[in-house]
Amino acid sequence: MSKSIEEKLFTIRYRCDTESHLIIKDQAVCQRCTDKPCLSFCPAAVYELRNGSIHVAFENCVECGTCRIGCPYGNIEWRYPKGGFGIAYKIG
Amino acid sequence: MSERFDAIVVGAGPAGIAAALTMARGGLNVLVIERGEFPGAKNVFGGVLYRQQFEDLIPEWWTKAPLERPIVEQNYWLLDETGAAKIGHRSRRYVDGKPNNFTAMRAKFDPWFAAQAEEAGALIICETCVTELLMEGDRVVGVRTDREEGDVYAEAVIIADGVNSLLGKQVGAHREWAPNEVSLVVKESLSLPKEKIEDRFGLEEGEGATIEILGSPSQGMIGLGFLYTNKETLSLGLGVMLDDLKASGCRPYDLLENMKQHPALRKLLQGAELKEYAAHLIPEGGLRAMPKLAGPGWMIVGDAAQMVNFVHREGTNLAATSGRLAGETVLAMAKSGSFSPEGFQEYAKAIRSSFIQRDLAKYQRLPGFLHDHKDLVMSKLPRVLNDSLYEWFNVDERPKTDHQRQIIEGMKTAAGGTWGLLKLAYQGWRAINE
Repeated sequence: MSKSIEEKLFTIRYRCDTESHLIIKDQAVCQRCTDKPCLSFCPAAVYELRNGSIHVAFENCVECGTCRIGCPYGNIEWRYPKGGFGIAYKIG
Repeated sequence: MSERFDAIVVGAGPAGIAAALTMARGGLNVLVIERGEFPGAKNVFGGVLYRQQFEDLIPEWWTKAPLERPIVEQNYWLLDETGAAKIGHRSRRYVDGKPNNFTAMRAKFDPWFAAQAEEAGALIICETCVTELLMEGDRVVGVRTDREEGDVYAEAVIIADGVNSLLGKQVGAHREWAPNEVSLVVKESLSLPKEKIEDRFGLEEGEGATIEILGSPSQGMIGLGFLYTNKETLSLGLGVMLDDLKASGCRPYDLLENMKQHPALRKLLQGAELKEYAAHLIPEGGLRAMPKLAGPGWMIVGDAAQMVNFVHREGTNLAATSGRLAGETVLAMAKSGSFSPEGFQEYAKAIRSSFIQRDLAKYQRLPGFLHDHKDLVMSKLPRVLNDSLYEWFNVDERPKTDHQRQIIEGMKTAAGGTWGLLKLAYQGWRAINE
């Protein structure tokens, strides 16, 4: 009954861009960040630790802005996806 | 695309559309730019729309708009780990005649509302992202979009780009929200046959109920859960302040999954299938976080201006009123033939004399109070209330005096003694009164 985050995200309609609207400004800053709260607070599990560096699964992004405000070092360059791209809620 | 308009509105949510509708009706040439595939594509809310403020724009709107259920019963549940203390009110007064509020879905309501502005003559362009405001000195003179040759100019630009107001930041309306000025809400729309919804919630056909949930689901963080009834879905959500979420290391969707397992909620949700997951930030800073509202060539409205009354789950109604007031300000300037910097400040004055300022001023100390008494309000009080009710209802051989003494002792301990209880009552009162 309980669904994984992947299954949850599968219920949202996306039109994916080929380039990311979320960019880590400096991976070295993430290396020094001890808490790495982005790994937990993102409601779409966009941020993942892979081989020691932060991987950004921007295709999952629900454009909420949590990482933009929550990154302790303001290390995420956060833009809106290009017009027409990204999520399109059916219910919202 | 003609490159000059009387007014440009960035964002086709309730605030932007209310502004566009007002200006288009007044005969102005209005362009609305929306980055989503359609108005509402990017928008999420818990689910309650209030009638009054939209009625100011479209009389009898609720007889035509796509809505879910008029709300006949509204509840607060205070949960501890296993129990639920419930208070609520059910009355036909909410629904007879003109209903007071309704559940709704933004991806359905927003397109309908936008269509009303279109009908009044506004031009709405979707799938277009405004990347920056165009400036001449300190005056906003237009917007740059991500379309080819996408610069558009206007006498007035209304910034209605929502909680992540990148444009508000560009124009210096605000520095940037802090993590203690926004909450993150995760929400699930869960489908359930309408007969089951009506049976489980004890509802007449077509009518709805709402439950606000305080206590254990937010795991000590400042937050609020909700469960609302739609026609054939339930809206279940949980919002927590971002600073608390960050510090907790919790995953927001795990918090929501845990909430579903609470004994008071589990059976209401049983068998309901996930139809859509969503997440969104809510501005929670109140009046003290409200940015500068206007400057030469621009005004800022709705979520972009922190216009949310979290105590009463109001947001879309504040958005609609702020949009209308911004629209009326532009109309007045157009009539006078002068778009002077002072003219734009009339919008800030209009907000200050509206219910938006009045209500947010009343609660301006509340975010600080909650922050200072987080553990008490979010954990201890829901628990002591549950314990107290248990003592009251539980019948055994112990004298009633003992049960009732235990209630008083529990409350005093939670608040830190008699003096603490009095101080808390005083501070709490101050926090919700100007």
